[in-house]
Amino acid sequence: MKILVCISKTPDTTAKIAFSDNNTKFAADGVQWIINPYDEWYALVRAIEIKETDPSTVLHLLNVGNAESEPIIRKALALGGDEAIRVNCDVNDSFTIASQIAAVAKEGNYDLIFTGKETIDYNGSSIGGMVAELLDLPYISHATKFNLEGNGAIVVREIEGGEETDKATLPLVVSCQKGMAEQRIPNMKGIMGARTKPLKVVEAVATDAYTSVVSFDLPPAKAGVKLVDPENAEELVRLLNEEAKAI
Amino acid sequence: MVLVFLDQSEGQIKKASYEAASYAAKVAEQLGKSAEAIILGSSKDDLSALGKYGIKKVHTVSNDTLNQFDAQIYTKVIAEAASSLNAEVIVLSNTTTGKAIAPRLSVRLKAGLVSGAVALPDTSNGFTVRKSVFSGKAYANIGISTSIKIISLNPNSFTIVEVGGNAEIAALSATVDAPKIEVVSVNKVSGDVPLSEADIVVSGGRGLKGPENWGLVTELAGLLGAATACSRPVADIHWRPHHEHVGQTGLAIAPNLYIAIGISGAIQHLAGVNRSKTIVVINKDPEAPFFKAADYGIVGDAFEVVPKIINAVKKIKGVA
Repeated sequence: MKILVCISKTPDTTAKIAFSDNNTKFAADGVQWIINPYDEWYALVRAIEIKETDPSTVLHLLNVGNAESEPIIRKALALGGDEAIRVNCDVNDSFTIASQIAAVAKEGNYDLIFTGKETIDYNGSSIGGMVAELLDLPYISHATKFNLEGNGAIVVREIEGGEETDKATLPLVVSCQKGMAEQRIPNMKGIMGARTKPLKVVEAVATDAYTSVVSFDLPPAKAGVKLVDPENAEELVRLLNEEAKAI
Repeated sequence: MVLVFLDQSEGQIKKASYEAASYAAKVAEQLGKSAEAIILGSSKDDLSALGKYGIKKVHTVSNDTLNQFDAQIYTKVIAEAASSLNAEVIVLSNTTTGKAIAPRLSVRLKAGLVSGAVALPDTSNGFTVRKSVFSGKAYANIGISTSIKIISLNPNSFTIVEVGGNAEIAALSATVDAPKIEVVSVNKVSGDVPLSEADIVVSGGRGLKGPENWGLVTELAGLLGAATACSRPVADIHWRPHHEHVGQTGLAIAPNLYIAIGISGAIQHLAGVNRSKTIVVINKDPEAPFFKAADYGIVGDAFEVVPKIINAVKKIKGVA
């Protein structure tokens, strides 16, 4: 079994969101970078669990990004995985990123490719599907459970208002979310070991970007909360009905 | 031509797809083109009624295989139809189905995709689509440079415009491959409003002290025709099922009205609900950060406040 887990670098969940260069760039000053939580907590940890069950599993981590990604790649290696690959590329367009992942995946002949269900910065939910299409593979998105069975896998995925259980053949692309695994903290042995694990840097393949960011902006500030006296809670219902016209 | 994909659940078109249809009609109007729709598998709905949303023609593709969703097969069929119909813009709703198909279509048709759109495209100079980014904390305007464009529209972000008229129905033939994924079972919470599409959501947090007190949330939700949700700790300690968890790592929603009871409003929770139009916070802690993001608030004990609200809602709804 050969697994590729795609990890992305994102600002910390509590990072202040601001923009620079005439609102065309994310203002990264002082921002703490993390592994995208869906990639780390669910995709990577589930892959590590599979390797723990079957130690012959080969587990590779992949990041598409510039050298600034290396600290989060080392952190991921501290959790687990045999080696990491970084495709040296400035990230800006999901098709470009997916093309880089597909190129690495094709070369490596993986049985499973895991991604998170989305990144917490761009919120695109696009990479898994694009990679699957580029490789002509089946794709299960929003997976909440994953188990290998026979020559394939049983996967539970979220659908609107419920869940669906699928039986799939390998190779397979899966986007992962809550339920797949539990968050782990790297231990000292893992952190020490990660320093010597191979981190290969490969150059990006040539591709066209399909999209580009024109500008960013922040939502207008809220006018402020209108407080209702708890003794007169009925007033809230009147306001919601007559003023907000929400009920 | 602008083509909208209509997503179904058990043979019925989803509410989010009607929004996408109305949105597609507006995009078509902007471009001086017509809007058409495509629906896969059998449908129980009256498809000619799509005319009401500005759709001129509904293309149906009937095949037993298509009664079961499969991203790979659906993509092939939609891409083939889009090419033969010369679609310039393809619109989907950004639901779990849309999120599985749109990226595949983007690759197959060499078409730029903006997922999670929240407004009509700006076509005054190029083709720019506004989307929600940073988990609802900001917006990005994304330019698409390819000749075919794909937009997946966030549910509850576009108000349906009814224009009247009937849509023409046309059967379309397509090559349908054998699925590589077999659906073993589907488990739906029946009768409930799907959380992602709900107009009103009533949500509870740790302030409710235990699952036995959830009657307050479900009763209020029932009266308002709302879906129920919860904060992450509540799902983690299994007071409520995981699919109800809204927030950064759960579901991101944008209802018209979000009522949070006993939720402090950590930044990770706000990331999942900050696109709600009106936010109501009921919390006994006046320092709860959620009040800063709220439109209406009550600083008080949920166990005293919510029953009063329930009675007041009963009055305006005419329920004894």
